Formats: sequence, C-alpha cells, structure tokens
Amino acid sequence: MFASCADPETLSGLSWLICYLTTGKHIAFYWAFGTVLLLLAVTAPVALAFGFGGAMAARSRVAPLSWLGKGYIAIVRGVPDIAFFLFFVIALDQGIEWLRHKAKCPDWDQPIRQGNDFIVCAEAKMPLSSSAQWVHEVYGFWLAVFTFALVFGAFAANVLYGAMRAVPRAQTETAEAYGMSRAQVFRRVIVPQMWVYALPGLSNLWMVLIKASPLLFLLGVEDIVYWARELGSTKTPQFTAYPHGDWRMWYFLFLLVFYLGFTRISEIVLDRIMQRLTHGQATLGSHKRTGPIGMNKAGPP
Amino acid sequence: MSCYETLMDYGLRSLGYGERLLPRSDFTLCQQFVLIGSGLIWNIYFGVVALLTGFVLATALAVGKASASPWFRKPAEWVIFIFRGSPLFIQFFFAYFLFLSLKGQVPAFDALTSAWLGAAVVLFLNTAAYSGEIFYGALCSVPRGEVEAADAYGLSGWAKFRRVVWPTTLRLAWPAYTNEAIFLFHATTLVFFSGFPASRQKGDALYYASYFADKTFNPFVPYPILAGYFVLLTLVVIGVMGLIGRRLNRHLPNAAPARSKGFGMLMR
Repeated sequence: MFASCADPETLSGLSWLICYLTTGKHIAFYWAFGTVLLLLAVTAPVALAFGFGGAMAARSRVAPLSWLGKGYIAIVRGVPDIAFFLFFVIALDQGIEWLRHKAKCPDWDQPIRQGNDFIVCAEAKMPLSSSAQWVHEVYGFWLAVFTFALVFGAFAANVLYGAMRAVPRAQTETAEAYGMSRAQVFRRVIVPQMWVYALPGLSNLWMVLIKASPLLFLLGVEDIVYWARELGSTKTPQFTAYPHGDWRMWYFLFLLVFYLGFTRISEIVLDRIMQRLTHGQATLGSHKRTGPIGMNKAGPP
Repeated sequence: MSCYETLMDYGLRSLGYGERLLPRSDFTLCQQFVLIGSGLIWNIYFGVVALLTGFVLATALAVGKASASPWFRKPAEWVIFIFRGSPLFIQFFFAYFLFLSLKGQVPAFDALTSAWLGAAVVLFLNTAAYSGEIFYGALCSVPRGEVEAADAYGLSGWAKFRRVVWPTTLRLAWPAYTNEAIFLFHATTLVFFSGFPASRQKGDALYYASYFADKTFNPFVPYPILAGYFVLLTLVVIGVMGLIGRRLNRHLPNAAPARSKGFGMLMR
C-alpha cells in the first residue's frame, strides 16, 4: 500500500508492522468487519418484521395460523441456532434451485435426487455457474441474512408476543368500548403501546444477534472469523513476503476485543434509549435496568 | 445390516468404541439416528460438566459482584463482562489457539487442546459468567425482611449466607437459571465447529448431523433428527430443573413450583 513497503525484507519493527497490517488481505479483513455490520444492520429490521408476523400469527384467532405462529416460535427456540444455520443454508439453496428448476426446465425427466446427489438443470443453478464471483458472494450474503432473520425472527416473535399481551387490558377494553374493531384496537392501541414492553427483550435480542454474527463463518461467507484464521496461520517465506508464526491467537484476541467494545457501546446506547422512552412511566424499565431478577433481560413482567 | 447391528457398531462411536469407519454410502435412517444420538453423549457431557462446575463459580462471582470491597467486585465484574460481552464462538477459537501456543511452550497443557477438557473449560467459564449475572440479580432482590430476620436470630457471616441468603437467591434465580441451562446445552453444539478438532471423527450430535448432510447432500433428514434429540434433551433439562426448583420451594404454601417457562423469557 505504501511505497516504502515495496521490499518487506528490509523492514523491521514498527514499519514492518505497518506494512504487514496494510497488505491486500488485511484490507479485505477490515472490509469483513463492514460485512458483519451490514449483516447486523440488514438483519435486525428483517428479523423484527418476521417477529411481528410471527407474533401476529400466534395471536390470531384462526387456529391453524395460531399453531403455525406458536410452532415457529417453539421449534426455532428449542433447537440450537447453529443447527438452523447449517440446515437453512443448504435447504434454502436447494429449495430455490428446485423452484427454478420446475419453472425453467419443465421437460427434464430425470429425478432431482439421484442417490447422494442433488441435480438440477444448468439454467436453474443459483447463481448461474457462469456469473461473476461477486454475484456468488452477494447471493451467499443474502442467504445468510435470510437465515439469521428467520432464526432471530422467532426470538423477536416471542418477545413481541409477550409485549402485545402486556399492554394493560383496561386500554384495549376502553378501545372496544369506543366501538373499535379488533383490527383497529390492534393498530391504534396495542401496537403503539407495546414497544415499551418489548424494548428490554428486543435490546437483549440485539445483544444476542451481535454475539451470533461470527456464525456467518459457518454459512460460508468470508467474514472476520474466516480472515482471522486465514491471516493468523503460520506463513512461510515461500508464500508471503511477511512470514510469521502462528498468530491466530492474537487475531482472535483482537476479535474478542472488537466484540467486547461493540456490545459495550450497544449496551450504553440501548440504556439511553430505554431511559428516554420510559421517561416518567411507572414500568420496570424506567428504573435501573438491573432491577429485579431477570427483568433487565426478560421483557415484560 | 439390521438396525440392532448398527446400534452395536455405532452406538458409542462418538467415544471411539465400535466400528472405526463412519458409513460412507447407502446411508440408512437407522445409521443417522444412531450416530447422531451417539454424538449427543458429548453434548450431555459438556452441558453437565459445565453446569455443575459453573454453578460453583457462578455463586462466587455473584457474591463477588455484590461485595462492597473492590478487590472482590472488580475481578467478578470483569469476568462477567468479558464472557457475557463476547461471542462464545470467538471465545472457543481464542481459547483453542491460546491452549495451542501454551502447549508449544509447556507440554503439560496438551490435554487442554483436546475438546473434552479445553472446550469444557471454556463452557465452564462462559456459563459461570452468565449464571453469575443471574445469581447477582437474584442476590440483589433478596427481600430485606428475610435478611433482617436472620440478623434478629443472631445469624451472621457464613451461617446467614448459607441458611438464608443463598437459598432465597437460588429460589429467585431458578426460572432464569433453567433457561441458562437450556441455552448452555444448545451452545455445546459449537464446540466442534470452532477449532477444537474431532479426533478420529469422534464428534457431537451436530458434527455427525452435518457429516450426513454433507455426504448425502440432503439436509432434510439429519437435521430434523438432531432437532428431535435436542427437543427431548430440552424437555429433560426442564424436567430435572423443575424437580430441583420444586424442592427449593417445598416449604412454601401450595408449593407452586417455580415454573420455568420452558421456552420463555431469558436467553443468552
């Protein structure tokens, strides 16, 4: 990157370190932090939308819809999230290819599952094998976003479901007395009021989401964990101008510190938001968040 | 090959007994059930070990964090902050590479680089930090009246803690602690995906499930099996913790067992 880095062999000490930390691969490593932040920024609202849908389904008076919503919440929460990540990445990929296969190659007569293979016609491949590298990366990223949103949507659904039920009954009763329909009550009374009950749970969820973001690595995205392993491993002079021993420990220490800072900042910001929103309200959130047991994280009482 | 033979061959495969080679082709449903179930032994091992050892440290951390002396409070706060503020996945990676370089200098650390000890240590510290925070919250909300009653009876120091404060803390913390236990068992699936090697393919349930998914390229069989096992495991955890919770509350009128809201409230 710098002109002085042209010949690493002559460098030593700090200048070596500066040159080492600005190699092309390290720049990719720094960009990967952007990927993680982007994932979080995109996933959070999508998961919230999924959660809202799930909570609405779980509240529904139509029994099958309510079962669907509750089943979604229970299953995703009862199974380790990492299993979901590993499952959905393949399942979604195959599902999309299968749909495209049905649409694009109707006269394909062979079975799709042949023994241990999953075979679709070339036009149905997603992304097309001829497309550029970045298309593959973007596609992988969106699969990851969708998977994260699906899993964390269930957690959010659980929080929102609780929050909707925490809105005081007197409020909805009053609304009904004014002649509002069920939908109107939901839209005009429950939804505006539920957020304050949902916020402790949602902020906890944000923390959990941050801490789940390194699992991107398992979804095949070249994220910070991938680069930390890659850059930290022992480098011999044959393959690189900057040979070094096994530094993976230091790279992961760096990631650890990054996450500690990130969660700490989030915590402070969320505390501020909570104080702002509950200003003057007699809810648990308006006191110090480490109030009675569990309440700081548990959502509505 | 009958299912019974499969069970004999692969039932304890995750511990290294039985058939050495994993099935390579013609995967049967029975093989998947048996091997993934076999791997579950590791999840149970990690969960139980971390929960039992973590409980002790968690109590110490909670008392430390509630302590007035900064010599106890600060270290407890930092342990809790570090292990709650960073992802378990990164902790596993960091610990594994830390143990590796320790081993390079002192061979005595050899055992730490294998999953059975190294990952258990990380899980122990991690769950201790999470439970420590739970216990700390409970400790802070022990009713003042109980402590005053203990004072009135002339209890002090250790006796007061042992007979009054600690049991009430546990009672208050139990539902949240049950959730922590559930999520701890879920977290054990990360072990073999985070650096710790599965030597001779001795892995946990998720390790085998992903093995089958990779080989058959069909995720729709192994992962639901895994999910089924974990739902069962979760139910067992809820049951056991519920029994303990009921015993903790046995003196209360109409002993309303501190019902852990299964899939409820708190999470990691």
